[in-house]
Amino acid sequence: MSNDIITRIIPDRLTTRSHRALRSWETLLIIIAISVFFINSFSSPYFLNPWNLSDATFNFTEKAMIAFAMAMLIVAGEIDLSVASIVALASTAMGYAMEAGFGTPALILTGLGTGLACGAFNGILVTRYGLPSIVVTIGTMSLFRGLSYIVLGDQAYTGYPSDFAFFGQGYVWWVISFELVLFLVLAIIYAVILHKTNFGRAVSAIGNNPVAAQFSGIRVGRVKFILFLLTGLMSGVAAVCLTSRLGSTRPSIAFGWELEIVTMVVLGGVSILGGSGTIIGVVLAALIMGMVTFGFGLLNVPGIVMSIFIGLLLIAVIALPRLWDMAKTAKKKRS
Amino acid sequence: MITQFIKSREALLVLAIGLLLALISTRFSGFITPTNLANVFQDTSILIMLALGQMVVILTRCIDLSVASNLALCGMVVGLINMAVPGLPIPFLLLVAVLLGAFLGAINGILVWKIDIPPIVVTLGTLTIYRGTIFLISGGEWINAHEMSASFKAFPRYELLGQPVLSWIAVVSIIIFYLLVVRTPLGRAFYAVGGNPHAAVYTGIDVGFTRFLAFVFSGAIAGVCGYLWVARYAVAYVDVAGGFELEVVAACVIGGISIAGGIGTVGGAVLGAIFLGIIKNALPVVDISPFWQLAISGSAIIIAVAVNARSERKKGRIILKKAENVA
Repeated sequence: MSNDIITRIIPDRLTTRSHRALRSWETLLIIIAISVFFINSFSSPYFLNPWNLSDATFNFTEKAMIAFAMAMLIVAGEIDLSVASIVALASTAMGYAMEAGFGTPALILTGLGTGLACGAFNGILVTRYGLPSIVVTIGTMSLFRGLSYIVLGDQAYTGYPSDFAFFGQGYVWWVISFELVLFLVLAIIYAVILHKTNFGRAVSAIGNNPVAAQFSGIRVGRVKFILFLLTGLMSGVAAVCLTSRLGSTRPSIAFGWELEIVTMVVLGGVSILGGSGTIIGVVLAALIMGMVTFGFGLLNVPGIVMSIFIGLLLIAVIALPRLWDMAKTAKKKRS
Repeated sequence: MITQFIKSREALLVLAIGLLLALISTRFSGFITPTNLANVFQDTSILIMLALGQMVVILTRCIDLSVASNLALCGMVVGLINMAVPGLPIPFLLLVAVLLGAFLGAINGILVWKIDIPPIVVTLGTLTIYRGTIFLISGGEWINAHEMSASFKAFPRYELLGQPVLSWIAVVSIIIFYLLVVRTPLGRAFYAVGGNPHAAVYTGIDVGFTRFLAFVFSGAIAGVCGYLWVARYAVAYVDVAGGFELEVVAACVIGGISIAGGIGTVGGAVLGAIFLGIIKNALPVVDISPFWQLAISGSAIIIAVAVNARSERKKGRIILKKAENVA
C-alpha cells in the first residue's frame, strides 16, 4: 500500500457553495419578500386576488426596467439621477409626435430615440469630458425636465391612439400584463448581460478599479458610454409604458422616480460604491417595494407613510449587517 | 493678492453675475436698482444659507440630500408649536428649530460616522423618512396664515437698518461660516478630510467625527431655514421645499465646490446661490416664461461643472494618467 498517492484537497474557498448562498444578500431579500407577502395576505382579504396582485405589479414594473440598467451603471461606479427627467422628456416628445399626426410605431420610436439621445448626452459629458456623473446628471435632470416644461408649460398631451394603450394597459394572457412580461424578459436579458458575458465582467471590473481595468485592456470610456446609452434607452422604454398606461403627458410625469429607482437598486444589494451587485437582487427589491406599496395601499395607509417605511428599510438593510459584523468583531476582540 | 483674485473662481462668477445683470438691465432697467437687488438677496437668503451648510458637507466628500426635508420638518414642528402656544417668544422657537435641525443632521452624521454607510444612501433614506414624518405629525393638514401668530409671521420681515431680518440672518450666517471654515482648526479639518481622508488620519484628524460635525452644521442651518421659510411664506404643509435639495447642491456646484471634496470657498457657495437667485427673479421681469427656469439652471450646472473640472485639473501633478481619459 506504499504506492498509494496521498491526495489532499485544498478547497478554493473556505465556505461551501450552499453556505455562501444561505448567507447571501438575496436570501435575506427572499425572506423579507415572503414575510411581506404573508403579512399582507393576513392583514387584508383582498390581497390574494389574482387581479389585485396583477394590478400591484404596475407599481414597480416601469421603475424596475430602469433599475436594471441603473444597477449596471452603479456597479460600474457611476450613477444617473436624470432618469425620471428622461422619462418626462421622452413622454413629451411622444406627445409632440402624436400631435403631429404620427401613428403608434412612430411614437414608440420617438420615445426610445429620445431616451437614447438623452443617455448619449449624459454619456458624452461623463466619458468624453471626464465630469463626475452625479453632478452631470443633477444638471441634466433639471435640463431634461426643464425642456418638457418649456414645451408643455401647464398644458398636457392627451388623446393618444387607442392601439398605443396596449403597452401600459394590455394583457398578454389572463392576468399577465404586457408590462409584467416585458419586466421579466428584461430581467433575464440584463441578468445574462451582467453575469454571463464579457461585457458584464468588464462592468464589474471597472466598478472595482477603473485604472486596473484600463490596464487590463478594457475600454473603460466606451463601456461606460454604452451603460449610459442603455440607461437612457430603458428610460425611453419606461416612458412608452407609463405614457401608454396613463394616456396623457404632463411635465411632472414620473417626478421623484430617480430616488425610488436608486433606492430599489441599493436595496437589491448593489454596492453604491460600485463593483458588486446582482440583477436578481434588484428584481427581489422591486417585488418587495411593490408589495409593500400595494399592501399599505389596501390598508388605506397613505403613500407618504409608506415612503417612511421604504426609507427605513433602505437604511436598515445596510446598517443591520454592518452592526452585526461590528458586534461580532467586538466579541472576538474581548475573548 | 489681487492677481490671485482675478484668476480665482469667484472672480469668474462675479463676472458672470455682472454680465447676467447687464443683460437683464437691457431688457428691464429697473432690475438693477439697489432696492430690487436687496429684494433679490432677501429672496435668495434661504438658498444661500442652505448652500453654506451643504458646502461644509461636500468639502468632507459627503453629500446631504436631506436638507430640504429637514427644513420642512423643522418648519412644521415650529409651526405646530406656534399654533398650540401662540405666546412663545420667537428666540425660543428659533432655538427649537436649530436644535431639532442639528439633531436630524446628527442622525445622518452618526450613520455615516459610526456605521460607515455611504452618505448618499443615508441621506436618500432620511430624505423620505423626514418628509414622511411631517405627514405623521401634521396628519397631512396645512398650517395656514391665520393659524400663525402675528409675531411669528412678522419676524423675518422685521426691518433692521433698512433691511429685513431675513437678509441679516443670511449675512450673519455667511460671516459665521467664513470664520468657521477659514479661521478654525475644524475648518481646516473639513478641507483635509475631503482632500485626502487617509492623509487626514495620519495628521491626527478623526475623519468620521469631522464628517459628523459637518452634517450637524448642515442640519442646524436647515432647521433655522425651516422656521424662516414657514414664517416668510406663512404656510406649512408636507411638500414645503420639495426638491429644493437639488437646487442647493446646484448652487454649490455653480459656486465651484468640488463634489469630490476638499475644494471650495464660502464666497463661491454664496455667489453660486446668488446666481441662481438672480435667474429665478429675473425671468418674470424680462418676459420669459418661468417654465424656462428649470432648463436654464440645469444648463448652468452643466456649464459650471465643466468649468470646475478644467480648473481642478490644473492643480497638482498627474503621475498616473486617469483611466477614463486615456480612452
